[in-house]
Amino acid sequence: MEQELTAAELETMECVYAPTDLLTDIRFHYCPGCGHSVVHRLLMEVVEELGIQENTIGVAPVGCSVFAYNYMDIDMQEAAHGRASAVATAVKRILPDKYVFSYQGDGDLAAIGTAETIHTANRGENILLVFINNAIYGMTGGQMAPTTLLGMKTTTSPAGRTVETAGYPIKMADIVATFAGTYFVTRQSVHTPNAVRYLKKALTKAFQYQKEGRGTCFVEVVSNCPSGWKMTPVQANKWLEQNMLPLYPVGDIKAPK
Amino acid sequence: MSDIQLMKGNEALAEAAIRAGCQAYFGYPITPQSEILEYLADEGRQRGMIVLQAESEVASINMVYGAAGAGARVMTSSSSPGISLMQEGISYIAGAELPCLIVNVSRGGPGLGTIQPSQGDYFQATKGGGHGDYRLIVLAPASVQEMADFVFDAFDLADRYRNPVMILADGALGQMMEKVAFREYDPEQHKVPKPWATVGKPKSRERNIITSLHIQPEKMEQINLRLQEKYRTMGEREVRYELVETDDAEYLIVGYGLAARIAHRAVEQARADGIKVGLVRPITLFPFPSDIINTLAHRTRGALVVEMNAGQMVEDVRLAVNGLIPVAFYGRMGGMVASPEEVTAALNVLVKKDVAQHAEAY
Repeated sequence: MEQELTAAELETMECVYAPTDLLTDIRFHYCPGCGHSVVHRLLMEVVEELGIQENTIGVAPVGCSVFAYNYMDIDMQEAAHGRASAVATAVKRILPDKYVFSYQGDGDLAAIGTAETIHTANRGENILLVFINNAIYGMTGGQMAPTTLLGMKTTTSPAGRTVETAGYPIKMADIVATFAGTYFVTRQSVHTPNAVRYLKKALTKAFQYQKEGRGTCFVEVVSNCPSGWKMTPVQANKWLEQNMLPLYPVGDIKAPK
Repeated sequence: MSDIQLMKGNEALAEAAIRAGCQAYFGYPITPQSEILEYLADEGRQRGMIVLQAESEVASINMVYGAAGAGARVMTSSSSPGISLMQEGISYIAGAELPCLIVNVSRGGPGLGTIQPSQGDYFQATKGGGHGDYRLIVLAPASVQEMADFVFDAFDLADRYRNPVMILADGALGQMMEKVAFREYDPEQHKVPKPWATVGKPKSRERNIITSLHIQPEKMEQINLRLQEKYRTMGEREVRYELVETDDAEYLIVGYGLAARIAHRAVEQARADGIKVGLVRPITLFPFPSDIINTLAHRTRGALVVEMNAGQMVEDVRLAVNGLIPVAFYGRMGGMVASPEEVTAALNVLVKKDVAQHAEAY
């Protein structure tokens, strides 16, 4: 039984949570249950808490999060497909005292943009790469991604991904962790409230390391795609835990001691 | 002019970029223009330029996008195959209306082709080499001096129109040494405000977004209309060309870049043989000097277009002439360069045909 609270009653209550001012009023275009909106929110919460809104520039990818710049109330650039880390590299070289991050999906960062990802990390560009891995191309309608699991059905692997035709899922975080240029490489997820809290901590650390000029930080987020996976949001998060996490386990892959 | 030096075209261009206040260069080695990257990696860095050797031309042009979006005066350079790789990025830069300089020291194609000079990239440069309706301002130098001069002009034009500007040279202009004098130029006095740049959003303004994405077709059409209006304005204000001995000319040779230098010599030879011929040298390939060519077509009897390709600019000359006079073509391809004698011979064929037709008419 719910009762509307009066203004006076509201006054007496402690505010335990409010949406960050750094998310715009534009309604997310993401599907119900999609991890993108959570990661967008976390990024802007971190930027707000660190007080670096005026000093942060984001680079959006091509993919479901192509409109990321509509939601984040900071200066942003929209990059060509796969090139966000090259664009972010240049922004940071021009504005070395600013915080720069790219936000990319698995098709963008791990397929068409693999060369840019690897060389950005290998140069140790002092930026943050946020990598959303949901094992599918969401925006184009559910095609196979480089991170698609073996056996997983997509519109371009209708009988399930096989090694014979498509090789193995690529583990980008493990790859970039081998470069001397990376400082902090972690894999997190967004399928439970606890996971979300860990992810936020990782993002906060990455911005702090950028302030210290430590090198490339890489935060992979194992995420979901209820629409592409043909599941309800709850099913998708369970499926993520049972199928994605064994191959893409969460935790720091490379972190300062 | 105290500052005369003997320099390679590529190095003169690079030196001009430093003097023009270019803040950043992103590029990838490719013959015959690697001296630009090498010169800037040494001299440029010593004089404060950000110089990054990227992993590819694709990365280079997207770094140009990022740096231009962050408000910097920025450039890249490459040669034909590398410029092909950049086309997607150039389309994005034109779509997002970012100022920058792109240098193509072109070589013979198609494919891997050759490293010798060519003008085979005229279509790609002037017709919008990537996807969508866009144009670059294209400047065609014909000497080492112009390799330097046009850098200053290119950066200013790019800023004025928020549009990428291309310098379309060739391997010979890049490699040859000539004397060059650098103009007096204070970059500070040429700085324009860039309130649209992504430099971090203060609370006092709306956020700045650099994008070419406008998913609503009504909005995308409006942006296209605005871009077309901008290109029309360029056509009204920025056309540049050189005329040589056209005042009394009965025939015209039209050529740009290295081909124009060869044609200039052919004009001298033909004049010595008693043929009244003049040279039109387009300096801006876009916007193209159609009006002057049309005006001259009204008082001449024929035109010969000379290019180092299979015949590309000749199409624009024919559009400008619009059937008023016959337009012949002479070209060499694949890195071969015509001699003045070959051009004079081609002109003689045009003249003979014209005289024969003239005789028939009586």
